[in-house]
Amino acid sequence: MPYSDKVVDHYRNPRNVGALDKNAKNVGTGVVGAPECGDVMKLQIQVDENDRIVDAKFKTFGCGSAIASSSLATEWVKGKTIDEALTIKNTDIVEELALPPVKIHCSVLAEDAIRAAIADIQKKKNGAAGG
Amino acid sequence: MNKPIYMDYNATTPVDPRVLEAMLPYFRGQFGNAASKSHAFGWTAEKAVDKGREQLATVIGCDPSEILWTSGATEGNNIAIIGAARMYGEKNKHIITCKTEHKAVVDPCKYLETQGFEVTWLDPDMTGRVSADQVREALRDDTMLVSIMYANNEIGTVHPIEEIGAACKERSVLFHTDATQAFGKLPIDVDAMNISVLTMSAHKVYGPKGVGGLFVRKRNPRVRLQPVVYGGGQERGMRSGTLNVPGIVGCGMAAELAFSEMKQEGERLTGMRDRLWAGLNDRLPEITLNGHPTHRLPNTLNVSFKYIEGESLMMGISDIAVSSGSACTSASLEPSYVLRAMGVGDDIAHSSIRISLGRFNTDEEITFAIDALVEAVNKLRELSPLYEMAQEGIDISKVQWKA
Repeated sequence: MPYSDKVVDHYRNPRNVGALDKNAKNVGTGVVGAPECGDVMKLQIQVDENDRIVDAKFKTFGCGSAIASSSLATEWVKGKTIDEALTIKNTDIVEELALPPVKIHCSVLAEDAIRAAIADIQKKKNGAAGG
Repeated sequence: MNKPIYMDYNATTPVDPRVLEAMLPYFRGQFGNAASKSHAFGWTAEKAVDKGREQLATVIGCDPSEILWTSGATEGNNIAIIGAARMYGEKNKHIITCKTEHKAVVDPCKYLETQGFEVTWLDPDMTGRVSADQVREALRDDTMLVSIMYANNEIGTVHPIEEIGAACKERSVLFHTDATQAFGKLPIDVDAMNISVLTMSAHKVYGPKGVGGLFVRKRNPRVRLQPVVYGGGQERGMRSGTLNVPGIVGCGMAAELAFSEMKQEGERLTGMRDRLWAGLNDRLPEITLNGHPTHRLPNTLNVSFKYIEGESLMMGISDIAVSSGSACTSASLEPSYVLRAMGVGDDIAHSSIRISLGRFNTDEEITFAIDALVEAVNKLRELSPLYEMAQEGIDISKVQWKA
């Protein structure tokens, strides 16, 4: 099955590959998927004091569509507030990358990764407030 | 060097120009139906079909009358297994096969399980091999058929066919082998190997698609198979349907060429394949060879590249045509059932690709493939969270994944 041009572009030139310091207070890390299932995504966000996402990084083990979905997710969350980032839906990713039905799970995983990274930063903030 | 480079010869092969030349007249002037007994058109077609039968019989050591023409290996395997079950399955309802067989053997066996047959699915060892002793231990008084492939399509592992044949002969049990991948690459002698029924397909050996041969033993002892398709009673009543004359001419020619060049070509392919593996293994850590180190088809290399996923790797080497898992199931997301049966973990199975070389590959292409694979693997490992974790000293097998 041929890949869409956008998937190929993200695969060849992935945006925001790398890692942020997962122990930093203003960094949220989401790791979703499992090697046995053929997909693992790690997505990290760095937020400022106003909960705006100022940086995002990813690494992905998975097919080209999984790599493209997570690359696109980092692009989209950058500059958004946490609340805005939570409105990103997997269907938006499917549409943007023209993913075929067998690859929809890649977009679901990318949405899960955004949510997991946000949950991590919120946990850190709540923990800091409570302590 | 032309691109893309084809390295997926276990999926299919191009028709050899010599084969195509032999076939062409039978599409045009000599288009007759081999079953037409009343005129020259039919006689010419019949003569061509008989020549193909002789060519195929010669290379596997049988009588031409023991060859049936089919549409390919899937049909051949279905006739062999279901045809035998319908003929001999009244009393004897036990079948022995292996978990790594092609779907064209697995699925007929699964179908027979729904029809009151009991199937013993042998577990291969970690190289993908079953032993004659495993077969011997599984044999019962009511065993109707043993079906073990000569060589596996995904990993290239070659089973000890002669020993398995001997084990079947000891108990006078029918022995079918799907020789689709081994045909033309390894010697075949149906008598020495005690094979009762053998499947081959033309398109894996530089013949056309849509035609294959089925050897059905006529003596010591005679094997009879009930038909799966009913009709005009062609092919001794076991396979009705108008014969594919150009296809049969091509199949016979392809078989003759493959066997006449087998030794030389086998050495050439083994050399290229081993250079490919050595080139990868020298430059990339944590890669594993799937399949048997020596009992393996000369052209097949199945490799797992730890921390990266096979499909993304194929995308990274888009100038080279290879496959991940078997070509027939690559559309599904399940990792290869063959690797799983060998005890390869699902994570490693997801990281595997199959490279299968053939007649038109060159040394230059092997060098190109090594460079392309090394570059793509390194790039994808930089992108892999699993590689990052491994670098940090985390044992990935002990991580609790939130799938």
